[in-house]
Amino acid sequence: MKAEFTITVYTENQVGLLNRIAIIFSRRKINIESLNVSPSEAEGIHRFTVVINETEDVVRKLCRQIEKQVEVLKTYFNTNEEIIWQEMALYKVSTDAVAEKLKVERLLRENGARAVVIRKDYTIFETTGHREETDKLVEVLAPYGLIEFVRSARVAIIKASKGFHEKLKEFEAVEPAAELAENEYLDQGDAVFTM
Amino acid sequence: MSIAIETTNQEPKNAPAIIEIEAKELSGSQAVLEAFIAESVDTIFGYPGGAIMPIYDALYDYNDQLKHILVRHEQGGIHAAQGYARSSGKVGVVFATSGPGATNLVTGLADAMIDSTPLVCVTGQVFAHLLGTDAFQETDVINITTPVTKWNYQITDATEIPSVLAKAFYIAKTGRPGPVLIDITKNAQIQKIDYKGYTKCTHIRSYRPKPIVRKTYVEEAAKLINEAKKPFVLFGQGVILGNAEKEFKAFIEKGGLPAAWTLLGLSALPTDHYLNTGMLGMHGNYGPNVLTNECDVLIAVGMRFDDRVTGRLDKYAKQAKIIHLDIDPAEIDKNVKATVPVWGDCKETLPMLTRLIEAKQHTEWLAKFNEYTKQEEEQVIQDELHPTTGELTMGEVIHQLNELTNGDAIIVTDVGQHQMVACRYARFNETKSNITSGGLGTMGFALPAAIGAKFGAQHRTVVAVIGDGGFQMTLQELGTIMQTELNVKILILNNRFLGMVRQWQQLFNDKRYSFVNIQSPDYIMLAKAYGIEGQSVNDRTLLQSSLKTMLDHDGSYLLEVMVGKENNVFPMVPQGCSVSEIRLK
Repeated sequence: MKAEFTITVYTENQVGLLNRIAIIFSRRKINIESLNVSPSEAEGIHRFTVVINETEDVVRKLCRQIEKQVEVLKTYFNTNEEIIWQEMALYKVSTDAVAEKLKVERLLRENGARAVVIRKDYTIFETTGHREETDKLVEVLAPYGLIEFVRSARVAIIKASKGFHEKLKEFEAVEPAAELAENEYLDQGDAVFTM
Repeated sequence: MSIAIETTNQEPKNAPAIIEIEAKELSGSQAVLEAFIAESVDTIFGYPGGAIMPIYDALYDYNDQLKHILVRHEQGGIHAAQGYARSSGKVGVVFATSGPGATNLVTGLADAMIDSTPLVCVTGQVFAHLLGTDAFQETDVINITTPVTKWNYQITDATEIPSVLAKAFYIAKTGRPGPVLIDITKNAQIQKIDYKGYTKCTHIRSYRPKPIVRKTYVEEAAKLINEAKKPFVLFGQGVILGNAEKEFKAFIEKGGLPAAWTLLGLSALPTDHYLNTGMLGMHGNYGPNVLTNECDVLIAVGMRFDDRVTGRLDKYAKQAKIIHLDIDPAEIDKNVKATVPVWGDCKETLPMLTRLIEAKQHTEWLAKFNEYTKQEEEQVIQDELHPTTGELTMGEVIHQLNELTNGDAIIVTDVGQHQMVACRYARFNETKSNITSGGLGTMGFALPAAIGAKFGAQHRTVVAVIGDGGFQMTLQELGTIMQTELNVKILILNNRFLGMVRQWQQLFNDKRYSFVNIQSPDYIMLAKAYGIEGQSVNDRTLLQSSLKTMLDHDGSYLLEVMVGKENNVFPMVPQGCSVSEIRLK
C-alpha cells in the first residue's frame, strides 16, 4: 500500500549531486512531492529531505540506490509517525482587508499566523505546520482576497535519530564500525532504515 | 619525463606513504598523463579534437610510456576500452573531445555501467568561462552522463587533477566496478600547477566499496546449504570481477553443487567442469531453467537476476530458499527476495562458506540435470552442431571453431542470434575469455571490443563473432585494425537478416518480417580495402579448413560464413513465461 514516506539523505556538498539523486526518482517515474536541501547538523554535510508517496518496498529500493551514490553517506526513510516535520507558508493579503475586517485578525490568531511585513497595500503572514494546517489558512483567507501564497518544502527530524556528528567521525575512519558499512537495521525491521 | 612517485600500499589500513618531492611545474594535461602512469595505465583508446588538444599535445612527449590507439569513432574507442578491461582485468582508459566526442561515448558508458566494467573516460570541455554559453562543441557532458556513470566530475581548475583522477581510478575499480567520466575544461588542461606527485586514493568517506561481511548470514547460508537436498548455484560476472574463480570452484566442489552461469558469468568456470550445468535464461540450457523451479536452495553468486535470466518473476523459484551473495547491497531483494543476504566481496564470502559447508555429492540431483541435457542434445543440439544436409548453422561454425581453438581463445560476441549461439556452444578453459555486451545488448560492440581485448591480452587468440547487422554498425574500426596492424580474427555469421528480431517476428508477429531484411556489402572486398585478408564460405566441406586458415593467418583475418537464413535459436523462454516453460522448439 502506498503511503507518505520521508527520505533523509546525508551527503557531501557537491555540484551535480542533486541531479544524481533526483534522477533516481524520475527514472522510475516517481513524483517527488517535496524536496529540501540544506546544511545539516554536521559541518560540511548536506541533508536532503525528500517526500514521496510510494509503497515501503519501493522506498526501500530507492534508498538503496541513493545510498549507492558515491557522495551519499547515509540514507534513512521514515513514515510520518516516526518524524517531526514542518512546512512554512507565506500569505500575501491586502492590508485593507485585514485592517477592516476584525474576523480576519481572529482567524489569523486561531491559525497561529505571524505578520512578517505590514505595508499600506499588503501584509505578509507566515505560518508553519503540517500541510493541512497551512492549507487551512489558504481556505480561510481566500474570501478576503489572498494575493499570493507559497509553501516551503518539508523539513523533518527523525524522532529516533541521534544525529550525524558521531556517525561522521566513523565515516572518516578508514575502517568504520560494522554498522556503517552494512545493514544495521536490516533484520530489526526497525523504524529507521539504513544500509 | 618522469617524476618519482611513491604509490600507496595495497593494504588500505596503512596511510599512503608519500615521499616528499620537490614541486615541479606541470600543465594540467601533463598531470593527467602522470596520473595514468602512476595508475599503471599502458593503453589509451581515443580520438582527438579541439577541446582536448592540450592533452594530446602533452601526450606527444609521453609516447614511450603510454600507448595511444587512434580509433575511428569515439563509440569504437569506449567499446575497445571495455574489451581491454574485460580481457585484462584492468581499468580501461578513453580520451574524447567535448561535444560530439563526448556524446559518442554515451552508449559505451551505458554498456559499461550495466555490465560493471571499470573505465576512466577523460573528455575535453570548452574553457570554463564559456560554460553555459552554447560555445562551439559545448555539451553538458556531466548531466548527460550522470545516469550512465558510477561517478563523474568536471574539473575547471588544474590543481584538482591529481586528486580527482586518483578518486576516479579508485571508484572505477573498487567495489562493484563501473565507468567514471572526468570532464576537463581546456583552461585547466593548459593551466600550470605546482605538481607534488601523485597519491593513490584509498578511502573516500562517503563511499563504501564493499559491505562488511556479516558472519551470522554466512552461517545461516551454510546451514541452508547443508540441509539442502537439491541445491543449485547461479553465478554471474561477480565471480570474474572479484577474481574469485578459484574460491568459487572450491565452494561448488566441496558442496557438490550443480552450477549454471549467466551470460556474463560464462568462462568463470571451465566449460568441461563436471558441475557446470550450462547457461541460464531466455536462450539458456534446458536443465538449468527447468530445475530453477525445482531446487530447494538457490545460491546466487555475483549476479543480479536480470529479467532475461528470471523470465516471469512471480513464477521464479518460488519453492526455493534464496541465498544471494553480492557486493552491491542495492542488488539484494531488487528483483528476487533473498532468504539470506550474504553481502560482501565473494572473494571473502565464498571461502567462509566453503569452510562451513559439508563435503557432499548430490549425485541424483546432478543426474537430473544430465537427463535434461540429454533431451536438449537430442532435440536441439544435435541438429545445431552436427547437421549433415541443408544450410550451414551458426552452431556448427562455433563447434568447429572450438575444435580448432581447444577452448583457449577469447571469444568476443556482438548482440543477437549469433551471440546466443556462440555463448551456448563456445568452450572455455580460462576465465575472462567471454566478452559480450550483456545488459545493454549493444549491437556493434564486438569489433571494437575485440580490438581492445587483444590489447588487453596480447598473447591470446581473439575471435570476434559478429552478425551481419552488428558488423555494419561499427565496421569503421577496421581502420583501427589496419593502422595498429593488430591480429584479430573476425568471424561474420551472415544470415542476411537481423536474425533475432526476425525470429521474434516469426514466432510472435505472424511472420510479418518488418525491416529485418538487411543487405551486406562484399565484406571480403571491404576488408581488402583495409588491407585485411578474408574469404567467404558457404560450403560445409570447406568450413573447417577456412576456419583454420583464419586462425593460422599471420595477422587479422575476416571470415564470412553464410549461414541459414531463417534458423532460430532454441531453447527459448518466451517473454512473459516462467523459466520452466522453456520451449525446445
